[in-house]
Amino acid sequence: MNNNIFAVLSLHAELWLMMVILVVLLADLFMGSLRKCWLHPLVCVLMAAQVIINLTPDTRMLFGGMYINTPFMSIVKSVLSAGTLLVFLQSDRWLSRPDTHFKRGEFYVLTLCTLLGMFFMLTAGHFLLFYLGLELASIPMACIVALDKYRHDSAEAGAKFILSSMFSSAFLLYGLSFLYGSCGTLYMADVSGLLSDSAMAKFALALFIAGIAFKMSLVPFHLWTADVYQGAPTTVTAYLSVISKGAAAVALAGILYHVFGAYVSDWGYALSALVMLTITVGNLMALLQNDMKRFMAFSSISQAGYLLLGVMTNSPQGIASVVFYLIIYIVANIGVFSVIGALEEENGGNALQREDYRGLYRTNPRLAFFMTLCLFSLAGIPPFAGFFSKFFIFSAAAGAGWWITVFVALVNTVVSLYYYLMVVKAMYIETPDEGKSPLPAFRVGGTSRICMWLCFAGVCVLGLLSVIYEGLFHWATGFCAG
Amino acid sequence: MELNLLYYLVPGTVMMFCGVYGFFTRRSLLAVLLSVELMLNAVNINFAVFNRFLFPDALEGHFFSLFGIAISAAETAVAIAIMINVYRNLNGINTDDIRKLKG
Repeated sequence: MNNNIFAVLSLHAELWLMMVILVVLLADLFMGSLRKCWLHPLVCVLMAAQVIINLTPDTRMLFGGMYINTPFMSIVKSVLSAGTLLVFLQSDRWLSRPDTHFKRGEFYVLTLCTLLGMFFMLTAGHFLLFYLGLELASIPMACIVALDKYRHDSAEAGAKFILSSMFSSAFLLYGLSFLYGSCGTLYMADVSGLLSDSAMAKFALALFIAGIAFKMSLVPFHLWTADVYQGAPTTVTAYLSVISKGAAAVALAGILYHVFGAYVSDWGYALSALVMLTITVGNLMALLQNDMKRFMAFSSISQAGYLLLGVMTNSPQGIASVVFYLIIYIVANIGVFSVIGALEEENGGNALQREDYRGLYRTNPRLAFFMTLCLFSLAGIPPFAGFFSKFFIFSAAAGAGWWITVFVALVNTVVSLYYYLMVVKAMYIETPDEGKSPLPAFRVGGTSRICMWLCFAGVCVLGLLSVIYEGLFHWATGFCAG
Repeated sequence: MELNLLYYLVPGTVMMFCGVYGFFTRRSLLAVLLSVELMLNAVNINFAVFNRFLFPDALEGHFFSLFGIAISAAETAVAIAIMINVYRNLNGINTDDIRKLKG
């Protein structure tokens, strides 16, 4: 370990992100209101650079072991940055609305702050840094959930989000305090060696998992999810449903493997019960929803269950398949949300029910086709990417011997197909009610269009590129060994 | 009378679960926020007590409680800002009022 000043430069991912935050903040302050239109391309270019910078894998330990970067985590950070870039690309229409265009700088800065928090959460070597990252990822998130401040839904969702996030972090901290009490340190590397077979440490682990489960919205802890997703602006919902959920899942996988690996026989069954509950309840509730964002909220709850299924296998194969699943989930889910967002903006910013999608194929055939592909990918129909990601998760879990859990998850895949197809049916087959006309034909322009093309390419191609999974598996093996 | 670890841990646990009870039963959003603060303070007590009694030669627990206090202050600031916003939209901050999104 070297303590010279240049060692700090190996935080390059975080340093670059901080620089982006500062540049955007200053640009927002000093640009005249006429030149504000340059802010959006500026952020997108800087984020694209961020994705590439993170792709330089690097193993470093800084600040006495508080910060440990591994090549695997660099790749995960890059994936999260790419997802954030997609969210930014699709945000242009929402942010150019008259009631939000003056807040666009704030939206970028707050979103990037949450991303920075996730970076610290992923590379923490000490539970204090992990907790700081977690809070940095959730406090600004509450602000962007409540960003549409004159719309009551948004404020209500913000209040529900901040209160439940404080509640969950109180549980997580309570668990950490008992972990500290039983080990005397909170350095992750030391804790794993000091864990004894005491009830206190297991109680701590249970509270810790409960705290993270709130962030990932797993089933007994999911009550905030639907309300927050429905009330938040659509772009923010897209960010919340993929990026923050994915970061929490990968961080949980890393900590369970490296710190609590000795307790695998205890938490394995607990997580298996959580997986079965999450996937089943998420799917059953999704069947009943009519509001599109609420429907996607329950769909994302059940998708979190699949992510957790990869986490609980506790092997390099499982961790690699979680990240692979995450990549494809990002592309497909952001694709669906970009369509929902575009239709909502076309409808004057008002939320849409599933009935409103009737006849969409007649007026906007390409948009309907793109949405269908993304929904097929979410459901896991071959040859779209979602099939391969689910396949890798299932084979990792089956390889670890979780047959019953995999069976329940497989049955639920069929159930999820039903409700994804209900949307497809509304778009292609059903006709609007008497006296109502389908949504008018329109053209999605600007960067939203780029986002949709990227998601389209991702959904079609990513699953067929086996090199991605192989690379992830290679890095994950290194991550688990070291 | 010798005050041992237990005399501090029991009040901490009672505070924690009073907070949980308050979180689920209070009607006003401000009271819900107070209950969460109670939970966070119970955690801080736990950290300080474990540090003082079990590991007195290091300061990790004390530092953790300091960070915990700072972060809960930041969270409270954001939560109150959002509540003021809810109040402006609704003229009330009871949990019954925020039922537009069915929960």
